[in-house]
Amino acid sequence: MNMGVGIYNVLCLAVPFSVAILVAALGENFNQRAGVFNLGCDGIMCMGAFLGFMLPYSVKTGALAPYGNLLGLACAMAVGAAFGLLFALVTVTFRASQGIAGIGLQMLGWGLSGTLFRHFVGGVTGVEGIASMPIPGLSKIPFLGGVLFSHNPLAYVAFLLVPASWFLLYKTPWGLKVRAVGTHPRAADTMGIRVDRTRYQALMLGGAMAGLAGAYLSLCQAKMFSDDLVAGRGFIAVALVYFGRWSPLGILGGALLFSIAQSFQLSMQVWGIKFPYEFAVMLPYVLVIVVLALARKARQLGPTDLGKPYNREMRF
Amino acid sequence: MNKQKALFAGVVVLVVAMVAALLVALVLLSIGASPLETYKTILTGPLSDLFGVTEVMVRAVPLMLVGLGIAISFRSGILNIGAEGQIQMGVIAATAVALALPGQPKAVLLPLALLAGALGGAIWGGIAGWLRARLQVNEILSTVMLNYIAAQIYTFLLRGPMLDPNELETGSGTPQSMRLPDAAFLDYLVPGTRLHTGLILALVAAVLVWVLLWKTTLGYRMRAAGAGAKAARYAGIPVERYLIIAMLLAGGFAGLAGAVEVTGVHHRAIEGISSGYGFAGIVVALFGGLHPGGIVPSAVFFGILLIGADMTQRTTAVPANMVLVLQGVIILSIVSAQSFLRNPYAQERLLRWLARFLPGASSEQKGGQP
Repeated sequence: MNMGVGIYNVLCLAVPFSVAILVAALGENFNQRAGVFNLGCDGIMCMGAFLGFMLPYSVKTGALAPYGNLLGLACAMAVGAAFGLLFALVTVTFRASQGIAGIGLQMLGWGLSGTLFRHFVGGVTGVEGIASMPIPGLSKIPFLGGVLFSHNPLAYVAFLLVPASWFLLYKTPWGLKVRAVGTHPRAADTMGIRVDRTRYQALMLGGAMAGLAGAYLSLCQAKMFSDDLVAGRGFIAVALVYFGRWSPLGILGGALLFSIAQSFQLSMQVWGIKFPYEFAVMLPYVLVIVVLALARKARQLGPTDLGKPYNREMRF
Repeated sequence: MNKQKALFAGVVVLVVAMVAALLVALVLLSIGASPLETYKTILTGPLSDLFGVTEVMVRAVPLMLVGLGIAISFRSGILNIGAEGQIQMGVIAATAVALALPGQPKAVLLPLALLAGALGGAIWGGIAGWLRARLQVNEILSTVMLNYIAAQIYTFLLRGPMLDPNELETGSGTPQSMRLPDAAFLDYLVPGTRLHTGLILALVAAVLVWVLLWKTTLGYRMRAAGAGAKAARYAGIPVERYLIIAMLLAGGFAGLAGAVEVTGVHHRAIEGISSGYGFAGIVVALFGGLHPGGIVPSAVFFGILLIGADMTQRTTAVPANMVLVLQGVIILSIVSAQSFLRNPYAQERLLRWLARFLPGASSEQKGGQP
């Protein structure tokens, strides 16, 4: 086996694998920067994946058929934002414990997508999905063309989201507000920033991005939906935010690291290296724990009020 | 004050249940099912005959054990989401011990198998506790990841080293272990049904957990660590140590639930043996107010829901995943309501608002507010 070809194949697989966790983690970053720890990300991805699949599937024969995929993406983002809104209601307005509420949201999204899928679709059915779109010219570059420029349109969008979310966080007034309410909500409140409203906005944006990430899984990667399509990627995305130290660039690095590990594991099976399949599958999950253990020093860099509800009526 | 608190807690449970039922009714309407009929099937179907009642109790036993463990961990300030994986580890350990010592009498083998199960779960939970206490790894993320890892280990063992040799011979290849020796079975409580003595075990465990949490120094310190880690540390309580102990206990109870399932119900390790008890256990514990006295009835209630959900799948074609939706909605409503219970200002506002509709009660709501 040619070493170079091996690396090339691993990298070509890694880029599409990274898209879903990257988009979800960038969204989760907005939540956490605003001080809310949204563990329901996984459930939102399930709902996004379901709606992303369901709309093109149900308008397949109708007049809307050519717009099915776009409708799917739009609805996935809308339902993501709606779930973000629900989570904001529970954790910001009712000031519930974020960890447990997140698990509740995850169960809700996971169960609801499964229930609706079984009711409306039932068995395994594919959709045409969104085909990959090599960029003319650039995709002809040897090596780099295949690795970087021969992917799904959504993959390019995902990578553009990295500088976009950096810009939004660090170069716009809204980004400053988000970082302020996550770091010192009382000071932000004193300066006239509406803490609750900013957190609502951040949670809705994060939810919409998680929904988009889910729709990528069903529309572009698997081109089908099943109960275990998301398989904990939402939790991996939450871990990536820690690993990336709450910076979009760091999150990109983490997402690539994970997807390279995953595509390496798949390639090993193709190369015929004897290794129990189950242990290969658990590799990314083990990696999350290791990464979290190593990233503990980074905690000081994160939003200091992460996970704490803010109550302007309460003195210290 | 206390009386009012208890009253509020009771009212809140009712409101939570109603809000959850209403929200889920919306979902039911959207898939074209009649909410009333579905709820009727779920709540009364399982209780229509003796067999149904015993089946409810069969489900309630693991829920109770898992819920007790989760209550210990939540009270100690560590959120254990990993019961699903801990159950599977308990099943593996109990099965391995029971199969490794085939000739032993029942008085030796059964306790050993149950103990092994508890130990297996405790180790799996302890890992997350240690990671949190020593390396500050968020326990929710680590337990979720450990669930996925445990599931892979479980299928690996059932398809490889622990696979029943008979399955290989006949070639059917169902991934399951050998049948346990009879000496490792829990006895049946009601002849002709699947209800086993694990129920007694779970009830005893509930009493023990109550004693542990409210009548011992260990329990007091664990609750103190959970109520306020900083204050507990000032009082000289090594919080980290109690976090690990809490996770060992929580994992132990989940592992015991797994061992009880395998020795009482299935008599061999099969795929999907934990069947969501780990997640349902979280709801059971929260719905039971993280108190053994509440967890026992709440486990029975969710036993009814689980059986009822299976029935709706058959009779009214509502998928059984519906129960996950219900659980999620209940969790969200409970945590929202809990913060209301902690907030005297919001309570007073509500009382005042209510007093407008009940002019006679206005004198009663005075006083008692801090």
